[in-house]
This record gives sequence, C-alpha cells and structure tokens, in this order.
Amino acid sequence: MSKRAESFPLHRREVAKTLLGAREDLLVVTGLGSTNWDFTAAGDCARIFPLWGAMGGAVPTGLGLALAQPSKRVLVATGDGEMLMGIGALATVAVQAPKNLAICVFDNERYGETGMQTTHTASVADLALTAQGLGIRNTGTITDENELKAELDAIINADGPVFRTIKVRAEPLEFVLPSKDGVHLKNRFRAELLGPEAL
Amino acid sequence: MEWGDDIYKAIKEAGVGQVAYVPDAGHKRLINACIDDNDIKAVSLTTEEEGIALSAGAWLGGEKCVMLMQSSGVGNCINMLSLIETCRFPFCAFVTMRGQWHEFNPWQMPMGTTTKQALQTAGCLVDEVEDPSDVGAKAAATIHKAFVGQQSSVLLLSQRMVPIKTFGK
Ligand SMILES: Cc1ncc(C[n+]2csc(CCOP(=O)(O)OP(=O)(O)O)c2C)c(N)n1
Ligand SMILES: [Mg+2]
Repeated sequence: MSKRAESFPLHRREVAKTLLGAREDLLVVTGLGSTNWDFTAAGDCARIFPLWGAMGGAVPTGLGLALAQPSKRVLVATGDGEMLMGIGALATVAVQAPKNLAICVFDNERYGETGMQTTHTASVADLALTAQGLGIRNTGTITDENELKAELDAIINADGPVFRTIKVRAEPLEFVLPSKDGVHLKNRFRAELLGPEAL
Repeated sequence: MEWGDDIYKAIKEAGVGQVAYVPDAGHKRLINACIDDNDIKAVSLTTEEEGIALSAGAWLGGEKCVMLMQSSGVGNCINMLSLIETCRFPFCAFVTMRGQWHEFNPWQMPMGTTTKQALQTAGCLVDEVEDPSDVGAKAAATIHKAFVGQQSSVLLLSQRMVPIKTFGK
C-alpha cells in the first residue's frame, strides 16, 4: 500500500479554513466524510450544505446550485472517493460550463471514513487529468502551502468551471460534526441564501 | 408523441428553470423542446443519479428542476433518492416506461416491471398515465405535487403511448 499520502504537507483542516475564509459570500457544498467535518470545523454555518450521504452527489448538487444562482460563487469540496463514485458529473459540469463553480477534491488517497483503505488515486488515477479529459479547462493539482496560496484566487474568483485536486495528508483527525438533520441543513441554507420567505 | 408538448406546457407554466435528462426515445420531442428554450437550462446527464442531486442543488438555489428518464434509469437512482427523502427536497420526474407493452428487448424487463415499486420503496409518490389525452393534466398535477406539495413526485408514462420499437425486425 502506498504510504506517500501520510507525509503530504497540506493539512485538510487548514485548507478548509483557508477556502471558507477567502470569500465571505462563498456557498459551499461538501461531500460526505472528512470534507464535511473539515468545513464544519472551519466554521459551521448556513452557507455550507454538508452531505452526510448521497455518495457521488456532491458535484451535481453544486452544479444545480450554481446554475440556479449564477451571480453567487459556489465551491464543491469533496473527497477523492466521493469524486470517483460520481466522476461522470465532471463531464456534465464541463458541458454546462458554469462560470461560478469551483470544485476542490481533498485527495488523501484514502477512503478516510471507512478505515483509510487506499483509493484509486493512491496508485494510478489522476483526478485533475481526468477533469481535463472530461472537458474542464481550468484544472490543476495543489500539493503544498505555496501552491495553495498561488491558486487561491483562481479557486475563489476565476471564471469557472475550475477544478483542483488538493493533495492532503492522510491523517486521523477528531470528528467535528454539523447537524445531521437534513431538513434543517436544507432550510438553514435556503433561508440564508433566499431569505426567510423561502421556508 | 405530441403529449410531450403537454408536459412542456406544464413545465413552462410552473416556471421550471432546469430540466435534466438522460435521453429516451419516448422523450425525444420534449427534450428537444427544452433544449431549444432559452429560459430552460437543459442539463444532459451521464447517469440518472446526477439528476437527483442536481434537483436538490437547484432547490437549494431557489430553482425548480424536472427530470426526464426511462424506466431503466430509475435503477440508477436509488441511493441518491436518499438525499431527497432525508432532506425532504421536492423532486419531480417524468419516466417513460419500457418493459410494459409489446416490449421487444428482454433487457428492459427487469427495471420496467419493478419501476413503480422501486420508486415507492425509495420514498416517491408515483402516478401513472396511459391515455395521451390525460398527460397534460397529470403532468401539471405531478409538478404541483412536487413544488407546492413539497413531495417526491413521479409520473410514469405508459409504453402504450410510444410507438412500438422493433429494431428493424
Ligand atoms: C454509496 C455508498 N457507498 C459506500 C459508502 C461508505 N462510505 C462512506 S464515506 C466513504 C469514503 C469516502 O472517501 P472520500 O470521499 O475519499 O472521503 P475522505 O477520505 O475525505 O474521508 C465510503 C466508502 C457510502 N456511504 N455510500
Ligand atoms: Mg479520501
């Protein structure tokens, strides 16, 4: 089993904090598993819609939101395992080409949530190349602090769709859980974005 | 399949902003109408389950999304429908049936004969239509049930309403 991810320099909790803090009107959809806990730790709030399931659904959820709200910046932050399960959605995103959508895969090369089994990215699969091949032009891989700093503006502001793989350390972290009540998570997000009359 | 025009009319009257689809021959006319409509974002999916999550995301952003697929596509949606049920998202789909009426292709039978039960098991309210003159009223009611009634609402379009497919045999 490839152990390289255990020494990747980027810590996912710091990356989530940097992304969430970069733009106060950023709308975030997270995948299930660690990205959910990362963004909850960075600041549990109504402009985050954290998935607890629906594996493979983070990118299309973000796409539906981005198409509905073209004037708002939308970030999908998800895991490599979650991305692999719904990989075709990147082609759907490429065809729609929403300018306001960015996708960041926190790639720890592991199914973190289920016991740190290696995913396909630990050996052969390259998600940024895949995104490129499926038609997303603005793609790349971020491996350290300097690259993250240099790429932050593209993730947060550049014309989308933007795709970045962010290689993050495979590390055990404490759980930081948001509400698991899906109705509540939906309503708090819609009230924040659309106003109380949306409820 | 002029009844596709009746669904299109119901979609327009409800102010639907996104229509997601995996093509089916029975939906051809309706899909083309949606693609040609500049006020509808027509989203071609690589698999039907994307459309479930897309619908949820659209609703998070205050927009209505309707899905078009065939009965085999329902099989691709099951786990993703947990997003609709758990968060009580409104959901609306029009499903063209296979495996029902003069079906030529046995590979369509497993999903065609279990679509309704599969959807109901996954928490959807299912209605059916076999008479083309009833499609307009049922389409409007299906959309109303989804976005006003805030339910997961699916209309099955009988294979009897589409030309019999014989693959040239
Ligand atoms: C359809 C489905 N299959 C399997 C699982 C079990 N599961 C939960 S989280 C997860 C791994 C997620 O891996 P990744 O997206 O890379 O997240 P991270 O490593 O950041 O935790 C799996 C396989 C599930 N919840 N749903
Ligand atoms: Mg992972």
